[in-house]
Amino acid sequence: MPKLTVNGTEVEVPAGASVLQACEEAGAEVPRFCYHERLSIAGNCRMCLVEMERSPKPVASCAMPAGEGMVIRTDTDLVKKAREGVMEFLLINHPLDCPICDQGGECDLQDQAMAFGHHSSRYDENKRAVEDKYMGPLVNTIMTRCIHCTRCVRFSTEVAGVTDMGLLGRGENAEITTYLEKALDSELSANVIDLCPVGALTSKPYAFVARPWELRKTETIDVMDALGSNIRVDTRGSEVLRVLPRLHEEVNEEWISDKTRYACDGLKRQRLDKPYLRKDGKLQPVSWDDAFAAIAAKMKGLKGAEIAAVAGDTVDVESMFALKGLMTALGSPNLDCRQDGAKLDATTRAGYLFNATIAGIEEADAILIVGANPRWDAAVLNSRIRKRWLTGGLKVGVIGAPVDLTYKYDHLGAGAQTLTELADGKNDFASVLKDAKKPMLILGMGALTREDGAAVLAMARKIAESTGMLVPASKDEEGNEVPAWNGFSVLHTAASRVGGLDIGFLPGNGGADVAGMLDGASKGKIKAVYLLGADEIDTQRLGDAFVIYQGHHGDRGAHRADVILPGAAYTEKDGLYVNTEGRVQMGLRASFPPGEAREDWTIVRALSAHLGATLPYDSLEQLRAALRKSNEVFTEIDIAPKAAWGPFGAEGAMSETGFGTTVENFYMTDPISRASQTMAECTEVFVLPKQDKTGTEG
Amino acid sequence: MLRDEDRIFTNLYGWFDWGLEGARKRGDWSTTKEILSRSPEDIVEDVKNSGLRGRGGAGFPTGVKWSFMPKEVKDKPHYLVVNADESEPGTCKDREIIRNDPHKLVEGCLIGGYAMRATAAFIYIRGEFYNEAMRLQAAIDQAYEAGLIGKNACGSGYDFDVILHRGAGAYICGEETALLESLEGKKGQPRLKPPFPAGVGLYGSPTTVNNVESIAVVPEILRRGYQWFADLGRPKNSGTKLFCISGHVENPCNVEEEMGIPLRELLEKHCGGVIGGWDNLLAVIPGGSSVPMMPKSVCDDVLMDFDSLREVGAGLGTAAVIVMNKQTDIVRAIARLSYFYKHESCGQCTPCREGTGWMYRVMDRLCRGEAEVEEIDALYEVTKQIEGHTICALGDAAAWPIQGLLRHFRPEVERRIEARKAGQPVLEAAE
Repeated sequence: MPKLTVNGTEVEVPAGASVLQACEEAGAEVPRFCYHERLSIAGNCRMCLVEMERSPKPVASCAMPAGEGMVIRTDTDLVKKAREGVMEFLLINHPLDCPICDQGGECDLQDQAMAFGHHSSRYDENKRAVEDKYMGPLVNTIMTRCIHCTRCVRFSTEVAGVTDMGLLGRGENAEITTYLEKALDSELSANVIDLCPVGALTSKPYAFVARPWELRKTETIDVMDALGSNIRVDTRGSEVLRVLPRLHEEVNEEWISDKTRYACDGLKRQRLDKPYLRKDGKLQPVSWDDAFAAIAAKMKGLKGAEIAAVAGDTVDVESMFALKGLMTALGSPNLDCRQDGAKLDATTRAGYLFNATIAGIEEADAILIVGANPRWDAAVLNSRIRKRWLTGGLKVGVIGAPVDLTYKYDHLGAGAQTLTELADGKNDFASVLKDAKKPMLILGMGALTREDGAAVLAMARKIAESTGMLVPASKDEEGNEVPAWNGFSVLHTAASRVGGLDIGFLPGNGGADVAGMLDGASKGKIKAVYLLGADEIDTQRLGDAFVIYQGHHGDRGAHRADVILPGAAYTEKDGLYVNTEGRVQMGLRASFPPGEAREDWTIVRALSAHLGATLPYDSLEQLRAALRKSNEVFTEIDIAPKAAWGPFGAEGAMSETGFGTTVENFYMTDPISRASQTMAECTEVFVLPKQDKTGTEG
Repeated sequence: MLRDEDRIFTNLYGWFDWGLEGARKRGDWSTTKEILSRSPEDIVEDVKNSGLRGRGGAGFPTGVKWSFMPKEVKDKPHYLVVNADESEPGTCKDREIIRNDPHKLVEGCLIGGYAMRATAAFIYIRGEFYNEAMRLQAAIDQAYEAGLIGKNACGSGYDFDVILHRGAGAYICGEETALLESLEGKKGQPRLKPPFPAGVGLYGSPTTVNNVESIAVVPEILRRGYQWFADLGRPKNSGTKLFCISGHVENPCNVEEEMGIPLRELLEKHCGGVIGGWDNLLAVIPGGSSVPMMPKSVCDDVLMDFDSLREVGAGLGTAAVIVMNKQTDIVRAIARLSYFYKHESCGQCTPCREGTGWMYRVMDRLCRGEAEVEEIDALYEVTKQIEGHTICALGDAAAWPIQGLLRHFRPEVERRIEARKAGQPVLEAAE
């Protein structure tokens, strides 16, 4: 813990900290462009120069390790002149196009030029012009504005793990570019836009749309995957204009995936803004009362067992809880929140959580990935594994499809056989896991959404138990508490899944799961199906059942529906979401649902009155109180809980088919991203070219 | 003047055989085994006592630099890297060593490497030195064949490899950390310091980077004893030095001389004097293009060593003496150097990337007088804004020639501006 003096104030900083961090600790602001906490140190912008005692030259504070007894000054003439000098150099070739630059208002260069720059320029020569580069459908480039800080290059090589970006040429002809100007092939590519301190890399879909001061900013939670990335939704009026990441060290650090960021234009398309009723085979707009009356008429006389409900992948906990309440009141045991048919088991909470936690990945020293493609299932989580891998000493084994995960791994096998070998200790990787201090098993949906999913789950539990993934809390030699470690981690792909399992949105006694419901519906045994934002099921198999679709997009479910109840998308309602770790997070409403659409829990509540089974809450607060009462996990927000271990899964025979992946196209996984034009472009650029050619395309 | 028996580079002009046989006749490789029987600390101590200062330009004491290497080899091997990327305009001494006395360098690698407990020496040679690289490789091969390097080098029981690597012709790769980057196969851009190469160098291993000349003189120092070397020249500026004299002298040449020789003696004894006589001298750049020039008034009695030249605001640099007589368009000459630095800036850090182009463009206009007088001050400030604010010394090197010009020849620059304003022809040189 070196102690040093900054502007006369003594500060103590952790070993390994930089002088810049020490200056911040002491409250001295140091301007910077190239330095970023999460990237390697480049030291190339020279904006952070400070004066150090016994050094004849000013030093770059970002690159200088803080040392015991250093005397640093940031308030001297030397420092002021150095900053002004660097600022002047940065500006001589920077265009004066701030009025038409998308970065305007949130530009580091603009802000720092105001604070630390000269009042005027002495540069009379021609400014440099640089050709713009193509970087794909998300990142817009105006390379004349580039100040060569290389943040984007460092992000893409270090965090995203793609070596597509680099600096070509030298001297004043140096240019940032992608290799042969191809699109930046990473699911995290658009984070370079946030990182760019100037307007060189801006958002293509958001180009010339709005100025930051026009926007209303709402801090909420993302539902595009099961991570629950913390986001900020920027709206103008009722329109969501952009989504930006919010800092959460334990979840998404400060990155978000491109889908999280750019699927928001799907919120404007194919929206359900009125209730619809199918009359004479055609969906016709009706009033809420007519819609409810039609449902009530149809439901009348149906037995509980003839009704079923499926919850979709992006719905909030409250609406699932309300729907469960309604179904219970109607006497139906047919509930399921596992659209994909994952054989998850809610008997033990630890059996369906990412117990190691996302931040815990950084402590793991061996990871076994089973039936998951974390790069597509949860792109930001994958970057966390890469981050851990880069620090060294991590061994990764994969059972399932061999895909490029941006880090090296041993491909152990394709399916359940390898899993059995591991459990029997016959595979070399078993000893890797046993020797590791904090081994992890990431179990993806590709391994569970199969007939033998429950047996795979049981086998995974067996491996976790036999390779020492459950380390009880202990005390080290000095008597300090060493917290318990549970490496068994289920990686979900649906934002609503853990919440659904927590509230028990599952088949009751004798109830049917999704497969059973579809069977029942096609055989005519199930006469009414309530789809709460559920679009990922095979709607062809719903037979003649009366289908109520409640949701926000005219997607697969709505096409098959007999009644459509227009609900709210995730940016349009307050709601709780439980991420794959079991962390309960609260989303906030950023804008209002379009037209006559309503927040989802209120729809269920209103319908319950029409069905004569009125739910016992009139406000969201009352609903949440009931929710908390039913399950104590909802009493704490934003805590990654430690769940107790117990039995789950069901031992049985396993098929020899290899584990597949559930995410077929990263950019289109739910109704919102399917409606998004940007995501369609991404699919065209990134996904389709890699798919096997059939020979019939143009 | 240096006595012939004190010369180290006795085949500087290639009059004799460059190969192993010839080198042995000149005394190279003669007592290498005995030298290697001494302890590394002992050798480092001798080099320290000899007062040898780095011959690559900065003049840092070589022995002290070697002593920064860890005293024990831990998990990573130590490396010696020899900087043969001689690209400083005006400098051509390493080229002659490699051409005509390559065994001095190879033997120096072995002894220097042994003193730093290195397992190998990498010689990074400038890409344009094609013939020299062939010659050096031949010398290395000869040494391997004769068992002088490689396994059990010289029968000392010490294993040591020498690897030659050709660069691709970038000036910046002569900067020691850019050289290491380039050697590792990356883009030649200087690294941030700290950490210094002695801690984290080539492939993350402790590394020392030395100039060819610094390494090549080490065997001779150890053979003749450090006192001999220390007695030559002046205190703290001891030994002999290769001077490369170019420009307006009757007989441009490379010559080995004692440190601290008066500039005038150097030029008149070895180069036949300045063209047109001493009084026709305009200025001298004493240490390669990166150091500020000296006007004739300073040249009259200045001594050629590190400290004397620093005192007059110049520097010994690589001892590449560029002589300019009154025939020279001094502004154009410095503008040409500015163009060189603009062209060779790596583009990594801001002041150098943006500043070198700015300086060159202003210099280019100043040649023709197309500027305002105030711009001279602005230009001087720009050089000050670059100097000391960059990652490596290229920024300083680009700034100093201009500072030298403005310090000593400002009236000439102003004259051109005024002539242009007055509508007179702008005479650019004594034509």
